[in-house]
Amino acid sequence: MLDKNGIAKRIAQEVKDGMYVNLGIGIPTLVANFIPEGINVELQSENGILGMGPFPFEGEEDADLINAGKQTITLLKGASIFDSATSFGMIRAQRVDLTILGAMEVSENGDIANWKIPGKMVKGMGGAMDLVASAKNIIVAMQQVNKAGQSKLLPQCDLPLTGVKCVKKIVTELGVYEIVQGGGFKLLERAPGISVEQIKNATAGKLIIEGDVKEMTI
Amino acid sequence: MINKVVKNAEEALKDIKSGMTLMVGGFGLCGIPENSIAQLVKMGVKNLTCISNNAGVDDFGLGLLLQTKQIKKMISSYVGENDEFERQMLSGELEVELVPQGTLATRCMMAGYGIPFFPTPAGVGTEVAIGKEVRSITFRGETKEYLIEKAFESDFAIVKAWKGDKAGNLIYRSTARNFNMPMAMAGKITIAEVEELVEVGELNPDHIHTPGIFVNRIFKGTQYEKRIEQRTVKKK
Repeated sequence: MLDKNGIAKRIAQEVKDGMYVNLGIGIPTLVANFIPEGINVELQSENGILGMGPFPFEGEEDADLINAGKQTITLLKGASIFDSATSFGMIRAQRVDLTILGAMEVSENGDIANWKIPGKMVKGMGGAMDLVASAKNIIVAMQQVNKAGQSKLLPQCDLPLTGVKCVKKIVTELGVYEIVQGGGFKLLERAPGISVEQIKNATAGKLIIEGDVKEMTI
Repeated sequence: MINKVVKNAEEALKDIKSGMTLMVGGFGLCGIPENSIAQLVKMGVKNLTCISNNAGVDDFGLGLLLQTKQIKKMISSYVGENDEFERQMLSGELEVELVPQGTLATRCMMAGYGIPFFPTPAGVGTEVAIGKEVRSITFRGETKEYLIEKAFESDFAIVKAWKGDKAGNLIYRSTARNFNMPMAMAGKITIAEVEELVEVGELNPDHIHTPGIFVNRIFKGTQYEKRIEQRTVKKK
């Protein structure tokens, strides 16, 4: 079973040279740590950065330079800064090649729920609805099973939606899935040591297994 | 030169009244108009509707206006990190309209551009779409559904810039540009507070982010704490 870093490491394999990538908060942020040497990507942060770098050294943090998670960060060479409207312009116009975000639930037709649990404190959707409505390539990083042991890969989402029919791929502690036309989670890879049986038990939505599903290499 | 300079926050904000709608710039605590917020607390104006990406933290930013119960309604995209906000929202004292962040920014931008409404795919098929017109539009060869969203109307936009000149031209610093730039264009009256107020001619026209025509009043802030919300660093 993969831990959070394992999920991030596997997703990093999806990041290709020359991509502009938006990383959500949580596991997606960790993906930046595993992008292989020699792959040139630019990270977009929706508060207005292309070319986001790592955290600053102690004492060098700048209150005017934060990412969308409100963390102090640095800029890489060649970075640019812009306003919020421009930032979502590049998202809406599909200039951002890859969006990686977390989810509470994903349905077999690619719907995603990640912003609201009715009856609990609602913090807001931030930029997630804009991202999922426009991005061509959305990969979800999530835990497949919640603390109560219930699957979060569902026939239909129970929670309020963030976007409809938008998720392309999902990487969880158990495997990698692709959402297929017509609906269904197609199992592409198993996490190390995880059996197809375990994956079946952890998937409430329609699971599609074709032939021998290989174990992932990370 | 048309002189936009006012003496201080008190003079800049003097005609803000209870019940008005204010745009307030910033993202989290980054680039918020600290001096103006402090002045609003001092003035005690109530029943404000605030359009701002976030609602500050308990003891800073718009959180200060929540503590004093001066805000009736918040229009934001993300409102975590604030216990008093949560309490007022759950008790029903505070009205909250959550708007997708790109829609929020564009509703400001469109107000500045003089365009009353626009289509966006954000929120289609979600509860954000409830009560809104949905239109099927073909654009760049792809047909999909869009929500029709309205430009914001606000009495005042209050923004913070790094440098400004006496004619109201503004330059923002780093990611403090965020919502300040679209909001600066969008207020019926726009008030800009700046860290440095310079003479006309001192700013390079090529470097201006917000042309002075959008700014009605400008003043130099007297105190900037520039608090950091999430200090993330690595050891040397």
